[in-house]
Amino acid sequence: MIQIESVKYTYQESPPVFDGFDWSVGRGDAWVILGPSGCGKTTLLYLIAGLLVPNSGTVKIDGKSLDRPRPQSGLILQDYGLLPWSTVRQNVELGLNVRAFYGPDGKHAPTNHHQPLDVDHWLDRLELTPHAGKFPGQLSGGQRQRTAIARTLVLNPDLLLMDEPFSSLDAPTREGLQLLTLELVSEQTITLVLVTHSIEEAAFVGKKILLLGKPPNQQAMIIENFSSGSESYRDTDEYQLLCRELRSRMDEI
Amino acid sequence: MKIQKTHLLLAVLALLAIWQLFAMFINRPILPSPIEVGKVFFQELQDGLIDHFLASLWRVLASTALAILIAAPLGLILGQSKRLNSFISPAIYLIYPIPKVVLVPIILLILGIGDFPKITIIFLILFFQILVLVRDQAAGLRPELIQSVRSIGAGRRALFRFVYIPASLPAVLTALRQSIGTAVAVLYIAELFATQKGLGYYIYLNGSTLFNYPAMYAGVVAMSLLGLGLYFTVDWLERRYCNWQFVT
Repeated sequence: MIQIESVKYTYQESPPVFDGFDWSVGRGDAWVILGPSGCGKTTLLYLIAGLLVPNSGTVKIDGKSLDRPRPQSGLILQDYGLLPWSTVRQNVELGLNVRAFYGPDGKHAPTNHHQPLDVDHWLDRLELTPHAGKFPGQLSGGQRQRTAIARTLVLNPDLLLMDEPFSSLDAPTREGLQLLTLELVSEQTITLVLVTHSIEEAAFVGKKILLLGKPPNQQAMIIENFSSGSESYRDTDEYQLLCRELRSRMDEI
Repeated sequence: MKIQKTHLLLAVLALLAIWQLFAMFINRPILPSPIEVGKVFFQELQDGLIDHFLASLWRVLASTALAILIAAPLGLILGQSKRLNSFISPAIYLIYPIPKVVLVPIILLILGIGDFPKITIIFLILFFQILVLVRDQAAGLRPELIQSVRSIGAGRRALFRFVYIPASLPAVLTALRQSIGTAVAVLYIAELFATQKGLGYYIYLNGSTLFNYPAMYAGVVAMSLLGLGLYFTVDWLERRYCNWQFVT
């Protein structure tokens, strides 16, 4: 689904973050990008989101080169990106309103876009119905992140990009949302790319893990983790072993 | 901030009482009692005061609309572009603190008679206030928020509609609230020159030429009602469109 070919990306006056980097993501995969801060995780996600454009090389999604955000991709950031002046319901409706604003032009909205009316369904699925009239400032961190997820899923994406989505949440909320994300992604058959610096999150969420190191990143280091995906996985020896392996690999970086 | 009706009534009564006391104490024609001024106020309303009031109201509203239309977009652009802001901000800070009232003679000289110079002067006061506040508010918009909304499919136009305009509204209203007082004061000065309509002209004519003090005070009352009405409008707009700021 995503093909990244010999991508080079440099921020002004610093060594390249990526240089001749190749990576590909299959449809329906659940990927986690793991690495220490400053390794280029977020840069890679923004490249896939179409918010950044590589200096050279190509980022293709479904065979098409990206030069702007793609309407079928959903992006969820750590600080939620909710409009503080809009209620939960209005925030969830935002994408629909943006699409109605442009019409189905294929650029801002998919050409086959029909106004879906399942805002209520998604409010309900993410247990936000009692909070629909509240503003983001009145919500807990977990509720805000669920609002951001609802806002993205209501647009029916086929690719979900998440940047450190749960790192500011407390442990029970974080684990609940990790599981919920896995459920939603498999229910809706969405391809997932999640960026994190947390080893435990990577081992729990990622069926495949891309480990990034100190820039410049030239080769993708990939670890497979096909047994993940259920709540009980955290209790297995396999999970513990993987965490240990990831930790020792991170230490080498 | 919402002003309660009972508090407003109490404040008006207290002011009237103090006024009455002073009038009795001074006991000269230059400070008539509020009852006398009240009578004259309603007489004068039918006798042309309302036209002066409307002329002043029109000048304030026209300059406010003009200031919002020009300063708010400019503030948004400056707030979002660090480079442009670093070029233009020094100029703004040089001009911003100049009391615009000193420009009255120059503007009158250049723009001549009629409404336009008066609207221009009030416009200048509101313009800088709105520009600076909207710029700061736009600069405070987090890039993550913009990126999130862009990723949903919003281009430049949708960003304006769904992010920039609602984000700058509180700044515009705060700017208006802060500058209404100055605007009305400068309106008075501006209306002293080259016009025969407006509360400024009316107050000056009755106070300094005709020595009709009750009518002069009727004009002052009308001017304070004008300011009060503007404050209430801003308050109402704030509660209607910026209620997210007041919830906890």
